[in-house]
This record gives sequence, C-alpha cells and structure tokens, in this order.
Amino acid sequence: MSNPNTSSSGESHGSVSSYLIGFVLAVILTVLSFGVVMSHSLAPTGTLAVLSVLALVQVLVHLHYFLHMGGGSEARWNNIAFVFTVAFVSILIVGTVFVMANTSMNMMSR
Amino acid sequence: MAQNTTVPTAGHDEHHHESTVVFGFWVYLMTDCIIFGSLFATFAVLRNQFNGGPTPHELFEFGGLGLETALLLLSSITYGFGMIAAHKTQINSVIMWLGVTFLLGLGFVGLEVREFAHLIADGAGPDRSAFLSAFFTLVSTHGLHVTCGLIWIVTLMVQLMGTTEIPERMMNKLTCLSLFWHFLDIVWICVFTYVYLASMI
Repeated sequence: MSNPNTSSSGESHGSVSSYLIGFVLAVILTVLSFGVVMSHSLAPTGTLAVLSVLALVQVLVHLHYFLHMGGGSEARWNNIAFVFTVAFVSILIVGTVFVMANTSMNMMSR
Repeated sequence: MAQNTTVPTAGHDEHHHESTVVFGFWVYLMTDCIIFGSLFATFAVLRNQFNGGPTPHELFEFGGLGLETALLLLSSITYGFGMIAAHKTQINSVIMWLGVTFLLGLGFVGLEVREFAHLIADGAGPDRSAFLSAFFTLVSTHGLHVTCGLIWIVTLMVQLMGTTEIPERMMNKLTCLSLFWHFLDIVWICVFTYVYLASMI
C-alpha cells in the first residue's frame, strides 16, 4: 500500500488516469469473483479461497486508487488508526468464528 | 499530525490530510468499520441457521447483485471525477458529477429496497430464520449508510450552487464525503463476496 508518489505535487488526490486504472482493476476483479462462482469450475473450498483473495486485492485497489492511502508522513496517523482497526476487526471476526465453531461442535448442534 | 493550514489554491498539493477535520472523520470511519466487522462476524456465525426456511440458493440471484455492484462501483469513479473537478475549482462540473453519483447511489438503494420487498413478500423476512436476521441487519445497515450518503450529496450540491469558489471548509466537506462514499464501496465488496457469492457456491 505504500505509494512513493504521495509527496509529488498533484498526484496525491488522484488524477483521471489513476481513477480509471483503479476502476478497470476493480471491474476485472469483480467480474472474476462472479465468474468463479457462476462457472462452478472449482471445489467449494477452492472457490471460497479464490473469492477471499480477489476480495482482498480489490479492497487494496480501492484503498490505493480511490481512498489514496499511502505511506507519506502526512498520512502517518491515518495509517496508525487504520492498522489498529484492521487488527481489531480481524481479532473480532476470527475470534468469533473460532469460538462459535467450537461451541457448536461441543454442543453437537451440527 | 497534519496541521497544515492550506489555502484553497495550495490545496492542490495535499489530499485528505489537510486538516484535523478530515482526520477526525477518518477515525469515525474506523469505528464504523468495527460496527461492520461485528455484523460480519454475526453473519458468519448464523449463516447456516436456516430453521427450515429458504436457503441463499433459493433467495439470491446473480443479475440483481451484479447490477447493484456495477452501480456502486460506477458511483465511486464518478465521485472521484467530482473531486478532481473540485481541486480545479470547476464548480458546475462538481455539481454535475455529484448529481450523477447521487443517481447511481439512488439506483443502488432502489434495487436493494426492491430486493428486500420481494424477500419479505415471499415470506423470507428478517423474522424467518437466524440467517435472514443476520442478512437483513448487515445489508440494511450498509443500505442505510448509502442513504445517509445520498442526503449528504444533495446537501453539498445545494451548498455549492451559486458559489464561485470552493473555500477550504467546503473542500473538507467534499473530502470527508469522498472518504465515506469510497469506504461504503469497500464494505460492499465484502458484502457481495461473503454474504452473496460465498453463499451461492
């Protein structure tokens, strides 16, 4: 997510071409996501794994091209808040799924 | 922390870190992110609890989902063009792009409301099963955010009409809304991937 261009003048808030690049990448990734599910070409676990990778890449594309997240010193506090939130939400989601899967197994509810 | 007091003309060199206002809004978005994280975790736990009710395969269809996704993705880039125009102080162009973004967002909300109405009419409302409760809570929270964004867009369009320049304060408002709108698009990526597509495998 580091963007060496953030300090250069006029680049930081994006240009028409950077928005278009981001848009084209996002469209490609979205179409791939739909395609992989609609074509049933992979096993369910494989499909889920591919979907997760495509979603992650698309989120990064959006953060870079649309939200202009970068590694400049100006953005330091934004990035710190962002990293904290990602860590927090990851613990929240992974922890919840892990604990609840164990619970339902031990209670033989599935 | 970014403490620049940029005058509007110098705003060209900066992006969304000009002021503590924008940073404050960023922190709000991060808390919003935690709300959505909680709702996604809830959905992940309840996604297979159908209680004998309809399953995602019977409820979801690719066509409507693809159209909703396309509208939201398009609205992201049209807002981006609006921001570029704002940095060039082309106010009529900003209003035009905000209008296009508004229509695309309105189309999205309209499709979503239509989908919800169909589901409820088919007896697949939020009271049918734990899966549907979690589904409606998560997706409608996103829809509610988009609706708030639409109101915000109209407000800024009205404030921009008849003005000849974009002061720093206005630029901050536009930048905050830009962050909000693109953030909602990112949440939608997670929704269409994990709520819809992953359930239709």
